[in-house]
Amino acid sequence: MRHIISILIENEAGALSRVSGLFSARGYNIETLTVAPTEDPSLSRMTIVTTGSDDVLEQITKQLNKLVDVVKVVDLSEAAHIERELMLIKVRATGKDREEMKRMADIFRGRIIDVTDSTYVVELTGSSSKLDSFISAIDAGLILETVRTGVSGIGRGDRILKV
Amino acid sequence: MKMTGAEILIRCLQEEKVEYMFGYPGGAVLHIYDELFKQDQVKHILVRHEQAAVHAADGYARCSDKVGVALVTSGPGATNAVTGIATAYMDSIPIVVISGQVPTPAIGMDAFQEVDMVGITRPCVKHNFLVKDVRDLADTMKKAFHIAKTGRPGPVVVDVPKDVTAQVCDFEYPQTVQMRSYNPVVKGHLGQIKKAVQLLAEAKRPIIYVGGGAILSDASDKLRKLAHHLGYPVTNTLMGLGAFSGIDKQNLGMLGMHGTVEANMAMHFADVVLAVGARFDDRVIGNPANFAEEPRKIIHIDIDPSSISKRVKVDVPIVGNVPDVLDEMLKLVEGSKPDPAQTADWWARIDEWRGKNSLGYKQDSELIMPQYVVQKLYEVTKGDAIICSDVGQHQMWAAQYYPFDKPRRWLNSGGLGTMGVGLPYAMGAQFAHPDATVACVTGEGSIQMCIQELSTAKQFRLPIKIISLNNRYLGMVRQWQEMFYGSRYSGSYMDSLPDFVKLAEAYGHVGMRIERPEDVEPALKKAFIDHKDDLVFMDFQTNREANVFPMVAAGKGLTDMILAEDL
Repeated sequence: MRHIISILIENEAGALSRVSGLFSARGYNIETLTVAPTEDPSLSRMTIVTTGSDDVLEQITKQLNKLVDVVKVVDLSEAAHIERELMLIKVRATGKDREEMKRMADIFRGRIIDVTDSTYVVELTGSSSKLDSFISAIDAGLILETVRTGVSGIGRGDRILKV
Repeated sequence: MKMTGAEILIRCLQEEKVEYMFGYPGGAVLHIYDELFKQDQVKHILVRHEQAAVHAADGYARCSDKVGVALVTSGPGATNAVTGIATAYMDSIPIVVISGQVPTPAIGMDAFQEVDMVGITRPCVKHNFLVKDVRDLADTMKKAFHIAKTGRPGPVVVDVPKDVTAQVCDFEYPQTVQMRSYNPVVKGHLGQIKKAVQLLAEAKRPIIYVGGGAILSDASDKLRKLAHHLGYPVTNTLMGLGAFSGIDKQNLGMLGMHGTVEANMAMHFADVVLAVGARFDDRVIGNPANFAEEPRKIIHIDIDPSSISKRVKVDVPIVGNVPDVLDEMLKLVEGSKPDPAQTADWWARIDEWRGKNSLGYKQDSELIMPQYVVQKLYEVTKGDAIICSDVGQHQMWAAQYYPFDKPRRWLNSGGLGTMGVGLPYAMGAQFAHPDATVACVTGEGSIQMCIQELSTAKQFRLPIKIISLNNRYLGMVRQWQEMFYGSRYSGSYMDSLPDFVKLAEAYGHVGMRIERPEDVEPALKKAFIDHKDDLVFMDFQTNREANVFPMVAAGKGLTDMILAEDL
């Protein structure tokens, strides 16, 4: 099962390595990991997408909570939530592909943010599966480069992760 | 008042009432050593290798309720300390290790004796700190001690760059610690405790399974009260020996890979298991799939939520400090004793298992059996010694044949299984209890891993008794090779052993070699009585082929025991 774990952690040197080290040491998966300071600069918010059985997830949550720097841990995917990922994708845009690429970007509500006579950079935001769909919707031979941020997530409505 | 970082560091140790600090000097910690020299409240114990400094601090903590402290220099000093830190981590021992670091501007420059200590120790500490500003030092030290000893205890490393120890700032030791990210749960959930008590009252085949957590949290008295009130059988893990008295008739002995038949069978066939500060690890329950075959209800008290339902599914988890939880349970059971008839059949079955006498062995007239040495050691010390062991067959024999009546009398590396801990543990124990009888049960393999500490023991006149069960093999390796590798003794043979008697004498101690069974007891008496104030190295030439039984082979279930008579 895929899970999205949100962590509030003290914004200190080495905090990221404590979390990533825990995952590698105990053999847990990390599919994506994003981290940045929150509005309170003393705290960082981390979002980790991982997969595992319920037992594994229980251990991941407990082990994360055990880290002295970790303030709070929530499994976002346990209840209503929103997830977004940003992708920048550089594609070849020449000849008939140029128009087609523009059309595809529009369909996926992407924005073309860099243009040369032979390339576009498309900015696309959405769930990870939407980004995956875009990649599979265009001709693989036209993809020059992709970069994805990994998932950021937030609970819906009253679900708030804060100190 | 303005002070240098080095001064502040020592003041912090004084504030924490640190009596002994085990350490080894070097370039990065010279300022600290200079400050140590100027005071006499914190006594520095110079070891001969940093690994032993950490083991000694660890041993000191294991047999007292204090935090052990070690000081090492940067680079190799720090890396040498890592084995000690990992050992303490696996057994949840509260220690603070202060490591020197190259000056902050040199960090990352591949400076002389530089190593990323915080990075290296991250997976084997409860927490670690790199102090980059002298103004953070006092606060960090306070946190380090707080984190080490609260919650599930563990080692904390404080890495201090040399320039920080020279910088100057005002010193004020914080009285309290406020950490929003660290607030261990102490009190157990009352609803869960009630459920547990209910289950225990209805149990027909109960067992109380006690681990090291009961010792670390000083829960022994309450545990005994509860166990006696219920009248249920008790088994201690290797780390829990002494939490419940080893000479109590309710005690079934140690369980696990080398546990007794009665303890392992009772654990497997129990209908209610009360786990107290134990973690169902692989050496204790064997293969979890086999363990899960029998239906049973498990109640698990532990301060660390991540220990619960990690290897086996738990029915009633109780997160909390063990003595506090036991206290609540005692209040609830007061006035209602379970009817002994309810467990009479269970006890009858246990007595049948006991009848197997799974720790039996034969002492013939020619060769000294290692078990016999431990039994005689028990008799000569009247069961009242602090026993420190190394790792291997001798460790298991000490655990099996020296029943511990009290907690904090049995020091060994259970989790990491670190050979070489025995002598440094004995040093730490002797500093913590100067008047106690301290013995190190070891083998000729383990003892050589920290043998240099014979020199430290001489310097500080530590009257440790080293009981070396010398079979001229790496015995536990040889045993596995005999049983599972067609007796191909690859790398397990100890050739070119030193003359341990002369070696002990070279260090200024007393050495003895004991070769015949009839000499065992007189030699022990001589060592413990005539040489009470000396370190005595007793080299027992034991039966080379002796094996540890019972044995549950790795990956097997608890009931699948190999007994001595099977071979």
